[in-house]
Order: sequence, then structure tokens, then C-alpha cells
Amino acid sequence: MDLNTASFKDISQAVKSKKASALEVTQHFLKRAKSLDSKLNSFITFNDKAEDEAKALDARIAKGEDVGVMAGVPFGIKDMFCTRGLKTTAASKILENFVPPYDATVVERLRKAGITVLGKLNQDEFAMGSSNENSHFGPVKNPWNVQYVPGGSSGGSAAAQAARLAAGTVGTDTGGSIRQPASFCGIVGVKPTYGRVSRYGIVAFASSLDQAGPMVSCVEDAATTLEVICGRDERDQTTSDHDVPKFSQNLKEDLKGMRVGLVKEYMTEKGLHADVQKTLDSAIETLKKRGAEIVEVSISLTNQAVPMYYLIAASEASSNLARYDGVKYGYRTNIESLGSMALDDFYCRTRGEGFGKEVKRRIVLGTYCLSSGYYDAFYNKAGQVRRLLRDQYSEAFKKCDVILSPVTTSPAFKIGDRISDPLAMYLNDIFTVSTNLAGLPGMSVPFGMSKEGLPIGVQLTASHFEEQKMLNVGYSLEQASSVKWKVANV
Amino acid sequence: MSNPTIIAPKTYRGYEAVIGLEIHAQLKTQSKMFCADSTTFDAGDNENTSPVSVAMPGTLPAVNAHAIEFAIKAGLALGCEIRKKSVFARKNYFYPDLPKGYQISQYDQPICEHGKISFKVEDYDKTVRIERAHMEEDAGKSNHHGEYTLLNYNRAGVPLLEIVSGPDMRTPQEAAEYARTIRQVLIYLDVCDGNLEEGSLRCDCNISVRKIGAEKFGTRTETKNVNSFRFVEKAIEFEIERQIDAIEAGERIIQETRLWDPDKNRTISMRSKEDAQDYRYFPEPDLLPVIVTAEMIEKYRKDLPELPIARAQRFMSANGLPEYDALVLTTEKDLADFYEITAKISGNFKAASNWVMTEVLRELKQAEKEIKDSPIRPEQLGKLIALIDNNTISGKIAKTVFQEMWQSGKDPEVIVKEKGLVQITDTGAIEKIIQEVIAANAQQVADYRGGRTKLFGFFVGAVMKASKGQANPDLVNQILTEKLKG
Repeated sequence: MDLNTASFKDISQAVKSKKASALEVTQHFLKRAKSLDSKLNSFITFNDKAEDEAKALDARIAKGEDVGVMAGVPFGIKDMFCTRGLKTTAASKILENFVPPYDATVVERLRKAGITVLGKLNQDEFAMGSSNENSHFGPVKNPWNVQYVPGGSSGGSAAAQAARLAAGTVGTDTGGSIRQPASFCGIVGVKPTYGRVSRYGIVAFASSLDQAGPMVSCVEDAATTLEVICGRDERDQTTSDHDVPKFSQNLKEDLKGMRVGLVKEYMTEKGLHADVQKTLDSAIETLKKRGAEIVEVSISLTNQAVPMYYLIAASEASSNLARYDGVKYGYRTNIESLGSMALDDFYCRTRGEGFGKEVKRRIVLGTYCLSSGYYDAFYNKAGQVRRLLRDQYSEAFKKCDVILSPVTTSPAFKIGDRISDPLAMYLNDIFTVSTNLAGLPGMSVPFGMSKEGLPIGVQLTASHFEEQKMLNVGYSLEQASSVKWKVANV
Repeated sequence: MSNPTIIAPKTYRGYEAVIGLEIHAQLKTQSKMFCADSTTFDAGDNENTSPVSVAMPGTLPAVNAHAIEFAIKAGLALGCEIRKKSVFARKNYFYPDLPKGYQISQYDQPICEHGKISFKVEDYDKTVRIERAHMEEDAGKSNHHGEYTLLNYNRAGVPLLEIVSGPDMRTPQEAAEYARTIRQVLIYLDVCDGNLEEGSLRCDCNISVRKIGAEKFGTRTETKNVNSFRFVEKAIEFEIERQIDAIEAGERIIQETRLWDPDKNRTISMRSKEDAQDYRYFPEPDLLPVIVTAEMIEKYRKDLPELPIARAQRFMSANGLPEYDALVLTTEKDLADFYEITAKISGNFKAASNWVMTEVLRELKQAEKEIKDSPIRPEQLGKLIALIDNNTISGKIAKTVFQEMWQSGKDPEVIVKEKGLVQITDTGAIEKIIQEVIAANAQQVADYRGGRTKLFGFFVGAVMKASKGQANPDLVNQILTEKLKG
């Protein structure tokens, strides 16, 4: 079995039938990760117990126990997910030594399905960023060219997956944090419908936008992961009790009768990179060939999406991050040297020293938007426009089954290129944030390469809880893709 | 309660006070508002905590359905409208005992609104509007020790119902009586234990004064830390006088939060509006709106117990009790229940009221016991009263039997039988005793017959003594009168 090209089903079947042990599979990825990651910086923490977890699994298989559909698949977990007994930092100094006494629901469900945890993956601090340059633990490099960013905020997940340092990874997506790095690194990334996946145990960034999803090598692995992690969780009251289909068993290539929408307003986007345009055009041709009907739809609020997103996300973040105050856990300013200090000073120092620049920028922005006298003009207004945006998507999805679009305006950019211009960085999210604002499922499928040899994905968006349609179109594109399942050569 | 009395507004040196109360009632749920932590009062420091209640990263609130049920019941009992859709909101501020850096509360869409409650103050009836009652979670407790502060998060996340009155009260007595009434209703509903010492019920008083006849409200202050009804009265009294003094001295009242200092009997400034917090309320994105259906409201309405005012009215109309008795007996649900059982078993509504209000309450007070801990069960007291009414024992003997019941918990019939206390109603037996008394007191008989009729009492006493108190007093009077005529 070539573990660089083995799907989750290949691995779990091999492990269950004892053709390979979970231990040797885990050791393969651990060894690869530990030797190659010095070039990428995609891991923050390795799991010392990974081999023990694999041994325990092998022992259960030896006893004939049912070990789950992802038995023996080694996973990297974005450091936003709490992992019991394993450091969870959100790539922030303020949580640099935090060890949770609980697993996030996603991690709990993946473990139950039989994964082993290789370690915790780098990201932008508190998932705030589009380049993975905002990490307390240093930037992550794009495995296709280490001069370039892997995207963000789930840059560590995307880089580790593209280099096959893990068989699978999970990320979180608040405004594109799964889809954009997936596109930049040439892997499959899925953000499910809001409410599909429990947020319990995921460090909160913007509660009404955050969702978790797979970042993996192929659509089938994404479908398998979704079967495991989706579904109602009593600990997250915003989760839905919608039935979770057997996504991976229902995958089909045939697109007859499938209506694929193109958003009129995206087509007039001026700054679209030629290689991105080329990739998109080729995807449209492929879909037509495979029987899909192409229709035009309109989302006229598109140009409002980025400002709307940053108002809502920053506002919620300013409140969600208030708990990091140095009182109960996490980083605390050095009081001993001073003897004592006033409470306000304690907060200012702890948070001033513990949070990075981008996080502080968003806390300030969000605090301002929620302030008395500004709330109606900002947060409240953004909420109203958000409902209108949702309505526009509902209209659009009467005319089509999925929407095809670029993921970003350009392929990955160079490290350092945009970090000094936050506005340019924010505008990079133009194609991804609407999906979160409307609560829709979205995914990135690798479909092209830039002249510089960097991957380019295309984005598919579907109506609420219509992941299956989206996955099917993605699966069909993937079968025709010239860049299907390419492992970056680090 | 009967006829509303129109009374002249109470004035203080030409001013009128305007008072509103915010009462925080701890809802009597087993677990916290948003997680499964226990709510027991006497747990060790930080024993009732979990990742959710200390706000560890990624943890989320999950609403306790019982808290919603209790809030709806309280709202119904306070005459409120229950919102079909109410929304939790975050109230953001930094303080070490607030683990998340925000409190989950309700803001512009509270679960209960627009209620009112009536009660009696001194000799008149008063109605106060309830503007709203909303659900929220409590914070933890900061224990300051000079140089350092210790935090106990046991209370963090305990469900509260904040009941906000209209600015409808005009005297400290009205405010205290309003607070007592709210407490009484919540205890009747069994949604709050009403324990002031343990902080299950806390009261903030909003107070302002204005010249008599003025329409505009004066600037108000909010007084916190008032943890008894007596202090509600005292704090408001102090604050009214302080504000009038300030205005008379040409000063402006500052809108501020003040603390009641029970040791010094005064309020002290805590923080002024100038450094007031901007709470940056916004809808809590981690929770869905609370949807209350008409069926839920109907079900809870049916479950509502008879409330104290209705019960007191029934005691007056159906049992013929005087208003005073009815009000005293309904102050606590357990007491009213005790009375009702006693009344039913004895069949004598007024006697039951007398026994409960005098004998039972006196003994409880002496023993520092609650009515629910009374060693005499209401069924037993009912039987005791029945024994008097069917002439088995005299009222006087009954008092002795009551004492014995209090000590031993035995049934009254058993005590009467054991001690041979059955009343003598046999006229022959009584005549015999009277004959003996007359024979033994020839001189007094002669004096009586000679006109010293005051001696009648002496003879009654002697006969009762000779019968060990068991002779029926009416028969003794009757026969003695005849015999002494000579």
C-alpha cells in the first residue's frame, strides 16, 4: 500500500484485515512529518501518545472489536480543536501552554471512528488571517514552494495534507479558512452547512460563522469524514438534527440534470488572475461535457459581503476572546516581579502581551462595532443585510443546484507580500465569506496549476444541507482533473 | 384587598419618592442554567464547576429547560405576557468572577413582560407593574483578602430570574412589601427557595425624589447589596433623606450605583455613571431563540398553584376567616397548607385558624422551627380540635394535650385515653362532685347565699380541681348555679 495515495477506506480496510497494522501506518506518517516539517512548520505539537493510540487500536482489532470506518487513519488536527491531554494553543501566546481536559466533539467522533492523532497543526492565531503569517509559532510554508504562503487560517492543515504528512486533517472555516488554503495547497477542503458539525470544543472565533470540516487528499475522504463528524450534538444547540447521508457511498460522476450556477457579479470581478480564470473556464467546460447545465444567477450583495463579514466576525470575536484574561488559565503577565497591580493593568498587560497584532486589531474593531451608539449602524445593520444575502442565495438555488466560482482572486502569494496591507488581505476573501454569512456548504476542489507551479482550486457552493450534490459535482470534477491527488514534493 | 383605599401621597419635606426594584431570584433547578454542574449551596470551593462554567476554550452553553419552565411559571404568576420568542444576549464586561467575560442574559426580548402584582401595605392596597422578568446566569464570587482575591465559581452559571418593577412605589414600606410579595409568590410556585442569607433572592433598589406635583422623575441612584426586607426599608429611607438633603443644599444628584452598608446604616457611593460600563449587548450566537408555544403556556398555567392572594380571599369567603387571619395564614405556602388540612379534619375553620396562629406559631417560634418541621401534623391538630367540639375534652385540657403532642408526636386520642383526660359530661358524676365541694365549704356556701355571689368563681375552681379539670365547664356552671340556690 502506497500511503501517499491511500484513501481512508484503503487504510482502514488494510488495518482491519491486518494487512497493515495501525502502528506501522501511524509510524510512517509520524516519521515523514517529523523529518519534513522543519521545512513547512505545519505542526505546533506532536502527539507523544500517537503510537500508543495505534497499538491500542491494533489490540482491539486483534480482539475482533468493531473499530470504526476510519480505523488506523492518522490525522493532524488544527490547533483550534481541543484535544484531551494534548496542548491546544489556537496558535496564540495566550494559550501556549493550555492543555484541555476534554476533546472537541469533532475529535471525539473521529477518535470513535478509529483515527490516531499525530499532532496539532499550525494556523493563523485564533483563525484570524488568510496567509498563516499570524501565528505565534511562526508562519507555515506552502509545500509547493516554500517562498509562498499556504493560505489561512488553516494553513498548517493544508500544508501538512498537501505534503502527505498526515493521511487526513481537519480545519475550521469562518470566512474561507478551509477552502482558501485548500485551494492554495491543492487539496480538497469542505466547509459544511452551518449547524452540520458541532462547534463544541473548537476555540471560538465568530460563533455564527464558524464551522469545521475535512481537509484531505480526495473527495471520497472528505465524504467519509463528513459522515463521521456531522450530526446533532446536544452540547452545541446550533447543530441541526438533519439526517446525515452516507455521503461516500452516494458519490457519483454523472452530472445529467445537474444545474450549475455562475454568479453574474463574480464574472465581472476585475482583479481575477489569468490562471484562476483559466482554471475556472476549464472547470465550466468539464462540467458541460459531463452533462451539467450551466445557468447564470445573481447575488447582487456580493460587493457588501466582505465588509459585512468583517463587522460580524470581529464583533463576535471581541466577545468570544474576552475569556482570555489571565485569571483562570492560559498566559498571565508576570505579577511576581511587581508584587501587585491594579486589575485593569493586569488585564491590559496580560492581553497586550498574549495576543498578536491581527487579533488585537479585530478585537478593537469588534468592540467598536458593538459599542453603544454604533451597534445599530454596524452590527445590527450587518445582520439585516446578512438576512438579505441569505434570501438572494435562496432565490439563486431555485435556478441551480450548485454554484461554481473561484476560491480566491489569485493563486498563493509570497510570504510577506500582503501582511502589511490588511485591507488587501481582507479583500482576498471576496469569494469565500458569502458562504459563511449565508450558512451554506462550500468546498474547494483542486483543478489547475499556475504558471509558477502553484495549485488552484475551484469552489462549489450548495443550498443548506445539500452537501451531497456539492460533493457529487466535486467528485465528478476531480475525476476529470489533471491535478487529482498530487502530493507536493517537499 | 377589599376596597382600594385612596390615600394622600406620602411626603418627605415636600418631596415624593419614586422607587423601583430589581429582584434577582435564583431559580431552584438542580443544575446550572447552561451546563450540568450542580447548584447546591454548601459545596466546597469550586466543586460545582466544569469546563463550561469556567469558560474553557470552545465550550458552549446548552439551555436548561427547567429554568425556562420556572421562568414561565413565575411570569404567569406575576401576570406577565410570555413572549413566544425570547432571545438570549451577551452582556460584555470584564471582571475576574465573570468567567466568559460576558454574562448570558436577555436584553430587548425578555421571556416575560408587562405584568403586575397587588398586595396590601399597612391598611391600603397597592398595585405595582412588572416591566419585565428575564433569565440570566449568575457570576462567581470574589473573596477579597487585602493583597489578593480568591475566586469561587460555584455560583457562576446558576440560573437567575431578574424581575424588574415599574417605578411605582412611593414609600420604603411599599418597596419592602412588594419584595416580600414577590418572594412569597416565588416560594408558592416552588421556583425559588427565597433564602436571603444564601443569596437566593437579591434586591437592587432604584430611588429618586421629586417635588410633590412634579411630573418629571428626579435623577435616580441604584442601591445594591440589600439582602433583607428590613434593609430594603432602611436603605430606601436613608437614600430618600440623603437625596433631599443634597437637593436642598443646592447639589445635583449623580446617577450612580451605591452600596448599602448594614453596619453603618447608610449607603455609600460605588461607581458613578461617568465610569459606567458599555455592556455591548448583542444576541448570543451560541443559543437559538427560546420558542414558547401556546401549549406550553397552557400546561404551565394549569400547573400553577393557587397564589397567596387568591388563597387568602378564599379563606375569607369560603372559610369565613377575618382578613388578618387569612393574610397571616397565607404568608407561606406550607403554613397555608397546614391550616387547610387542620381546618378540613376539624371541620371548624375558625378554631383551626386560632390554634395554628397562636399555639402552633408560638411553639415554632420558640423552637426556631419551620412549619414543615412541626412535630404535630396538621391531621393531628385537626383531630384535637374535633375532640373539643364533640365535648370529649375541654378547651383547657386540650392545651395540655397539645403540649404533650408537641413533645411526643402522639395522636391526641391516644394521649387523652392514656392519661384518662376524657371530659366528664355525666351530670350525675358532676352533681356528686358538686355535693362534695358544697359539703366541704359550708362557710363559703353560707356567704354566697348571703349575697357574696362573687364566690361563684371559687366554687367553679374547686369543682374543676376536684374533677382534675375534666368536668364539662358548661355543665358545672349550670348545676352549680342550681345547687347553690339552696
